[in-house]
Amino acid sequence: MIEIDLDEVDVRAINDRLHKLPPDTNERLWRIVNPKGAHALAVGLDRPIEIEIAGHVGYYCAGMNKAATITIKGHAGPGLAENIVSGTVRVSGNASQSAAASGRGGLVVIQGDASSRCGISMKGVDIVVGGSVGHMSAFMAQAGHLVVCGDAGPHLGDSIYEAAIFVRGKVASLGSDCIEKELTQKHRTKLSQLLESANIDADVAEFRRYGSARKLYNFKVDHAAQY
Amino acid sequence: MCGIVGLYLKNPALEPSLGRHLSAMLASLGDRGPDSAGFAIYRDPVPEGAVKLTLFHSDEDYDWAELTRAMAASLGVEIKGTPRASHFVLIAATATETARRWIALHRPDVRIMGIGQTIELYKEKGLPAEVVRRFKLDGFSGSHALGHTRMATESAVTTQHSHPFSTGLDLCLVHNGSLSNHNRLRQWLNRRGVEFQTDNDTEVAAGYFTYRLSQGASLAEALEAGLVDLDGFYTFAIGTRDGFAVLRDSIACKPAVLAETDDWVAMASEYRAIAHLPGADSAAIWEPAPATVYSWTKH
Amino acid sequence: MPRSTKRPANPARSAGDSAGLSASAGFPPAVIAEIQRAAREGLYEIRGLGAKRHLPTFDDLLLLGASISRYPLEGYREKCATDVVIGARFARKPIELKIPITIAGMSFGALSANAKEALGRAASEMGTSTTTGDGGMTEEERRASDILVYQVLPSRYGLNPDDLRRCDAIEVVVGQGAKPGGGGMLLGLKVTERVAAMRTLPVGIDQRSACRHPDWTGPDDLEIKIRELREITDWEKPIYVKVGATRVKYDVALAVKSGADAIVVDGMQGGTGATQDVFIEHVGIPTLPAVRQAVESLQELDMHRKVQLIVSGGIRSGADVAKALALGADAVAIGTAALIALNCNAPLFDADYAKLGTAPGYCHHCQTGRCPVGVATQDPVLEARLDPALAAKRVRNYLTTMVLEAQTLARACGKSHLLNLEPEDLVALTVEAAAMAGVPLAGTNWIPGR
Repeated sequence: MIEIDLDEVDVRAINDRLHKLPPDTNERLWRIVNPKGAHALAVGLDRPIEIEIAGHVGYYCAGMNKAATITIKGHAGPGLAENIVSGTVRVSGNASQSAAASGRGGLVVIQGDASSRCGISMKGVDIVVGGSVGHMSAFMAQAGHLVVCGDAGPHLGDSIYEAAIFVRGKVASLGSDCIEKELTQKHRTKLSQLLESANIDADVAEFRRYGSARKLYNFKVDHAAQY
Repeated sequence: MCGIVGLYLKNPALEPSLGRHLSAMLASLGDRGPDSAGFAIYRDPVPEGAVKLTLFHSDEDYDWAELTRAMAASLGVEIKGTPRASHFVLIAATATETARRWIALHRPDVRIMGIGQTIELYKEKGLPAEVVRRFKLDGFSGSHALGHTRMATESAVTTQHSHPFSTGLDLCLVHNGSLSNHNRLRQWLNRRGVEFQTDNDTEVAAGYFTYRLSQGASLAEALEAGLVDLDGFYTFAIGTRDGFAVLRDSIACKPAVLAETDDWVAMASEYRAIAHLPGADSAAIWEPAPATVYSWTKH
Repeated sequence: MPRSTKRPANPARSAGDSAGLSASAGFPPAVIAEIQRAAREGLYEIRGLGAKRHLPTFDDLLLLGASISRYPLEGYREKCATDVVIGARFARKPIELKIPITIAGMSFGALSANAKEALGRAASEMGTSTTTGDGGMTEEERRASDILVYQVLPSRYGLNPDDLRRCDAIEVVVGQGAKPGGGGMLLGLKVTERVAAMRTLPVGIDQRSACRHPDWTGPDDLEIKIRELREITDWEKPIYVKVGATRVKYDVALAVKSGADAIVVDGMQGGTGATQDVFIEHVGIPTLPAVRQAVESLQELDMHRKVQLIVSGGIRSGADVAKALALGADAVAIGTAALIALNCNAPLFDADYAKLGTAPGYCHHCQTGRCPVGVATQDPVLEARLDPALAAKRVRNYLTTMVLEAQTLARACGKSHLLNLEPEDLVALTVEAAAMAGVPLAGTNWIPGR
């Protein structure tokens, strides 16, 4: 376990060191202390290493992550794991807005709440939120899964494409072209897998599924009010 | 666009270190607001029947002593004051309006930055770390404070365009965001007797809240009305005599972090600014919800 | 007695009037047709390219050549250099361009793969850059283009760290001249399997796009975003910020304060593959005033030549290049003009133009995906009409011509480097151009407004 103290070195130094790890590195376990809200920590990683960050992080932690497993013991600022490609990012606390924005793959687990725009523009990432999500979550969500064990704020899935949303609690309102859909066996299986990968114990049957009504897929005057 | 911070002390034992903490908070948000900085600090209340004004003049060698003497002689009351860099904190043993009117009439080139029983309001161009050094903010004590680091969006970088803007007695406003209908609102307020010094959008918001308050609204009602009448993106922090309030617009794109311990409540655009406060590690941390008024006040 | 059939004089008389018809300036046939179309379809008109209306442009500026007081350089022997370095402010590997003309961002999706490849090849031959667009990076373009600028747009279609790491510069797109405040648009016919896969969209849908970035809003948060992009790429690559020309003075200052290495300002003449006609024609300011405002903003911050300015929107010839540089730009970018060099609006396959309801020289129908010359299409049959090698040669020739033209003008002004052109080398033909460009009306000392 390699420990890095951000009171001693700066973010550039730690990112540089992580970027320079060879593909077959044996420096696979890392712990970063005293993050104190620093931005762009552990971004652009591309190694199957594990990093624990002890404390609260600022914006864009784990941005564009590939392959790495990053665990934040604390809260995360805006843009957590934005554009993640693969790997896993876990937050024990809450995440600020735009968590996993435009994420392409991998898994993002937020044990607390996830603020507004969670999963905005998502393109394949799987997001599991133990708590609730704020307004405009899954806005223009194209692919992937968003699982919310708590409640969802207004305009959930506004302008959604093919991503699937599962919510256990209350949905304040649905966005344009987002409707409730049947929770089939296929979805239950997937949901079960996602909850398990998030270490969250919850009954699949309590969730409802939401997705695109697909009425906005081609411009039509009759749907002008939805724009 | 900018950084905003607020610190409200629940534990009076921390009052001597208020300035030091606020100073560090402002310096940490210099990247998102490099043009100018300002703060309003609530401290040293003046007795009933007196008023405290924070004055500014662009001439660094302005003769504040002369102003003090002239005002005292003219009004026949005790006037005293303390210079702080380009600002001057004046305490007049007279009614608020009397003091304000004297300045406006006899020293029209002197700007009143803040006015009330306890507020002191300082703002200047320059990097936040330098601004707080110039005013020696580290040495200030007080019960609560708001601060701002500015990245000017559409209006000029001057002292007067900096935040906080004073909206009334012991009131001030800091803003992160960009309003989109402030020009028409400014004219609407002009017609209702509100005057502005600058073309800055935040000053319009400050004037709007003052107007609502002057029409009998409570602070919460004024802020609720603002949600309807102010268009654009904003996180506002408002300082009052006894506390502060935070409000985000309904789209809530601009950041806001709140943190609370037994000793203090803090607010900032980024957690970084709060991270070094004593006990921050175990503070409750959350984000204000959109279109919701949050406020703290001493009872 | 026969009554007179003469009508009173009509000030709005035009061509139609020879038949005794009375035209309206406010409701000419084109406007009437558009209202009727709207009544039929219930949706705004969507089209490609840029503003078609008359605007003050570089045509309204002239260069002051050699005189008894100022001497020209001999062609060929006496060098007029054309190189420019972009992005040295923070990046460890700034971009070195041999010519100050780059290819602007245009998406694979809006354009065919052959078009992107041709542009890349031509740019590489000329020692300049191309730019990806709202769909991500294709292998063809990365292979063909020696210097590739990678756009980060609100949609984030195709964006990934591997492409970010293998690009040469990053361009954060806040907006573009055709639609400042609007997002990308690609209609169903062009959302083919390949395009859809790159953009993670269902095949055949009309792509809706976000107009704001998903994870930041405002220059204060852009500052942090730029920092993140630098961290991901180890501070190696220059980061450009691109805006559509609106509040240029403020935008340029804010881009500087957010930490940009270079700024791209795209005037309202700037083209697009598809957007609402009202957006193209009624939002934004022309390139002419945008250049001046951008340069003034940089000068006020003492950042002129330290943060580079790339200007685009209706650049057509070496004269435009010379004038843009004279006003203070470090380089220009071409979009529409590059497409025309490829074959856009070429008089080939006239029947196919007619099927679209247009003709060579008038076509702006990129949005249909039925580009008769294979430039702005995903249809393999149409795309095959564009041979990348031949098309690359055309673009290379066109770029060469522009450079030679600009050098000719610069030498005539006594400049040994294109970037030594200055505003004092310019005069204006109209009051508007004089005011917008901040140069005197020809033959006078008068700059309106100063």
